[in-house]
Amino acid sequence: MQRIGVFVCHCGTNIAGTVNVEAVSDALRKEPGVVFSTNYQYMCSQAGQDIIKNAIAEYKLTGIVVCSCSPRMHEATFRKTAASAGINPYMVEIANIREQCSWVHKDTLTGTEKAIILGRAAIAKVNLNAPLTPGQTPVTKRALVIGGGIAGIQTALDIADAGFPVDIVEKKPTIGGKMAQLDKTFPTLDCAACILTPKMVDVAQNEKIRIFSYSEVTEVHGFVGNFDVTIKKKARYVREDICTGCGACTEKCPQKKIPNEFNLGMDTRRAIYIPFAQAVPKVATIDPDHCNMLKNGKCGVCSKVCTAGAIDYNAKDEFLTEKYGAIVVATGFNPIPMDKFDEFAYSQSKDVITSLEFERLMNAAGPTGGKLLRPSDGEHPHTLVFVQCVGSRCEACAEKGKEYCSKICCMYTAKHAMLTRDKYPDTEVYVFYIDVRTPGKNFDEFYRRAVEEYGVHYIKGMVGKVSPEGNKLKVQASDLIENRQIHIDADLVVLAAAIEPDKSARPLATMLTASMDTNDFFTEAHPKLRPVESPTAGVFLSGACQGPKDIPETVAQAGAAASKVIGLLCKDQLTGNPCVAHPDEMMCSGCSNCEKVCPYGAITYVDKEFRMPDRTTKVRRVAQVNEAVCQGCGCCTVACMSGAMDLKGFKNEQIFAEVDAICR
Amino acid sequence: MSVTNEEYRPLIVAFCCNWCSYAGADLAGNNRLAYPADVKIIRVPCSCRVNPAFILRAFQRGADGVIICGCHPGDCHYTSGNYYTRRRMALLFSMLDYLGIEKERTRVEWVSAAEGAKFAATMNDFCKTVAALGENKRLEDLRCKK
Ligand SMILES: Cc1cc2nc3c(=O)[nH]c(=O)nc-3n(C[C@H](O)[C@H](O)[C@H](O)COP(=O)(O)OP(=O)(O)OC[C@H]3O[C@@H](n4cnc5c(N)ncnc54)[C@H](O)[C@@H]3O)c2cc1C
Ligand code: SF4
Ligand code: SF4
Ligand code: SF4
Ligand code: FES
Repeated sequence: MQRIGVFVCHCGTNIAGTVNVEAVSDALRKEPGVVFSTNYQYMCSQAGQDIIKNAIAEYKLTGIVVCSCSPRMHEATFRKTAASAGINPYMVEIANIREQCSWVHKDTLTGTEKAIILGRAAIAKVNLNAPLTPGQTPVTKRALVIGGGIAGIQTALDIADAGFPVDIVEKKPTIGGKMAQLDKTFPTLDCAACILTPKMVDVAQNEKIRIFSYSEVTEVHGFVGNFDVTIKKKARYVREDICTGCGACTEKCPQKKIPNEFNLGMDTRRAIYIPFAQAVPKVATIDPDHCNMLKNGKCGVCSKVCTAGAIDYNAKDEFLTEKYGAIVVATGFNPIPMDKFDEFAYSQSKDVITSLEFERLMNAAGPTGGKLLRPSDGEHPHTLVFVQCVGSRCEACAEKGKEYCSKICCMYTAKHAMLTRDKYPDTEVYVFYIDVRTPGKNFDEFYRRAVEEYGVHYIKGMVGKVSPEGNKLKVQASDLIENRQIHIDADLVVLAAAIEPDKSARPLATMLTASMDTNDFFTEAHPKLRPVESPTAGVFLSGACQGPKDIPETVAQAGAAASKVIGLLCKDQLTGNPCVAHPDEMMCSGCSNCEKVCPYGAITYVDKEFRMPDRTTKVRRVAQVNEAVCQGCGCCTVACMSGAMDLKGFKNEQIFAEVDAICR
Repeated sequence: MSVTNEEYRPLIVAFCCNWCSYAGADLAGNNRLAYPADVKIIRVPCSCRVNPAFILRAFQRGADGVIICGCHPGDCHYTSGNYYTRRRMALLFSMLDYLGIEKERTRVEWVSAAEGAKFAATMNDFCKTVAALGENKRLEDLRCKK
């Protein structure tokens, strides 16, 4: 049996004006478990708190009920008071007789009556309270960033700047992501390489940052502050520590005809290659699918020309397991494949290209050295047609496209149209759009410049069909404003392909128990208030993996994610919330109902041995809650049909007791 | 409960999630927006903590109406708790209706921490609706009465 003390606060006249506090403390003194009851002008004042402390000592109290303002005001205060007098802070309950009683009721009789009932409910609850201790877990002061695009780069730099070590795992041979492939960037038209490559160098030179390029995460265990992550370093057949990046091998390798993925297949590379001149790390990689030596043991040219002796044909995939306190997902996006969009003749004509291919064509380091030339015949195109929203905002074509707006295409199409007209004033440029969406800072001005200064023809309407005829592309389209059909003989058609999350994101989300939306974008812990955290504690989101984003937004989110990580890594210990779910193993049937509803993946299963009444033992699967991960929502307790799962601090019996006290 | 029905006041149990609706109720208090004292609030971490058994128990013990308040859809502090609440309560309330606890006696309402006015208005309306229905006699266990 508890020994409960009741403390009724007057709150000046805030409470005492409507509630007869004397009557309340008298009535509550008669409740079961109560050994002391009093009232005082300001319970939260030093004098008020001393009354509580003295009563705890004098009456050997084990539980406290304070009838006062909202627990959102002073629950923490009274918990501290109790703790300083030697009783567990979770043995304190508040009856809210100000905000939810005296302030909303005018009549003293009903106010007093209700205050007594609220006090009774709190007493009934405290009678069933148990001391709770929040768990403490140490924090590994190292962060992992998965994905080395601009998002991952910025996050890593910011975390390293605060003094914490960071590892970047990038699946490609170099970091840089999509931004490394871009030419100039809206809305300021600075060249992507000029602003990105210095950051890549910073990453390479930062002592706190390690780059695992050509690597993937294959396993994740543990929880916030204590993740164990297995990283697979794919064999690149070149020793990273020895290769100087001179590129001699990439000039001598006889295997020349391999489509160069960095230029989206618009030119070729060798079997041993460095993706681009500013790659980080600047190390060669052998493509095992095309290397003669690796396929049939005949060649070895690169090892002969490599003066550093970096080539190692016997290299194997390596696996290493590292510990991290926090994980940032920055796996970015990709344009969707265009092969299902036959109406635009993408697979029929080389002169129908995607916007990312267009970036490479305009890029001085691209396949044409920055000259805008038709991929089919190398001629200069005069009439260009840009098609926006290819596969975006496509409710009717969900099987090949996406329902959402890809957000960046309106702006980069305006950029492409403007750059084309700027470089080649002899061109006619048409842009077909559903809407032009330009809600960023200086974005609308940018788009208007394309129309007003550069004379780009913007036509509201959809392109119905593109048919290659001779060396022309016949474009059939509708103009929705003038309500007429249009035919254009184009030389180059550029498709603004919808963007989607990287294909590796879903298996990664499963490993991390981080949730995703139906489009495979990672979901945030709260769409408004926690936009850079995933619902899984310790897992953060950066960049386009969370939703379509341009570079300014990506960098802002990357910094925000970094600051959340820094906030976490600054702590030596994580203090948990002790009000977590807890299963009664004797009652649990191992049915998985609770696991399915937990938004945080806090519930797992273990096989446990139980002693049976006949002295035999039986192994049963039972639920187990990871207290560092559980946030205490209580959803699982309701899903549990066996009544095995309960929530500490809000136990079923406690809530029943409150209901009973109110309905008495 | 008084014998003559003229002073009849319903007994209403309100489950409020800690993050939105309980704070909304506090805001109603801060703004002195009155509603009947018939409403007694029980604080739960999330609306999804409300077990149907709590509601059955309330009716059994003589409650005349039960209302569950949570964050607006999409705003649950735990992201998805209120979606479970919505589905669970839709089922429970139609079953209760079948048992004779009229649908008007049960309600799920989304009240944000900024909606003090909505909280007070909701409670005024709910009390009026339940009062009009009169006492809940269908599920009340008279053995529980003192
Ligand atoms: C045609 C085009 C033009 C654009 N023009 C502009 C512009 O002018 N201005 C502007 O602001 N924005 C522009 N953007 C948008 C810009 O590219 C993005 O905002 C930016 O690249 C997002 O960065 P990110 O790091 O989130 O993703 P990404 O650049 O996609 O980087 C993700 C990285 O993660 C790696 N990765 C993926 N999965 C894994 C995994 N499982 N394990 C390890 N690594 C992984 C990838 O290899 C990649 O390196 C343009 C986009 C396109 C398509
Ligand atoms: S061994 Fe392979 S990578 Fe090296 S030169 Fe020969 S084909 Fe090229
Ligand atoms: S209380 Fe919520 S967070 Fe904790 S285990 Fe249950 S469902 Fe998961
Ligand atoms: S729902 Fe209940 S019985 Fe089923 S696994 Fe979870 S705790 Fe065990
Ligand atoms: S926290 Fe308010 S409904 Fe879940």
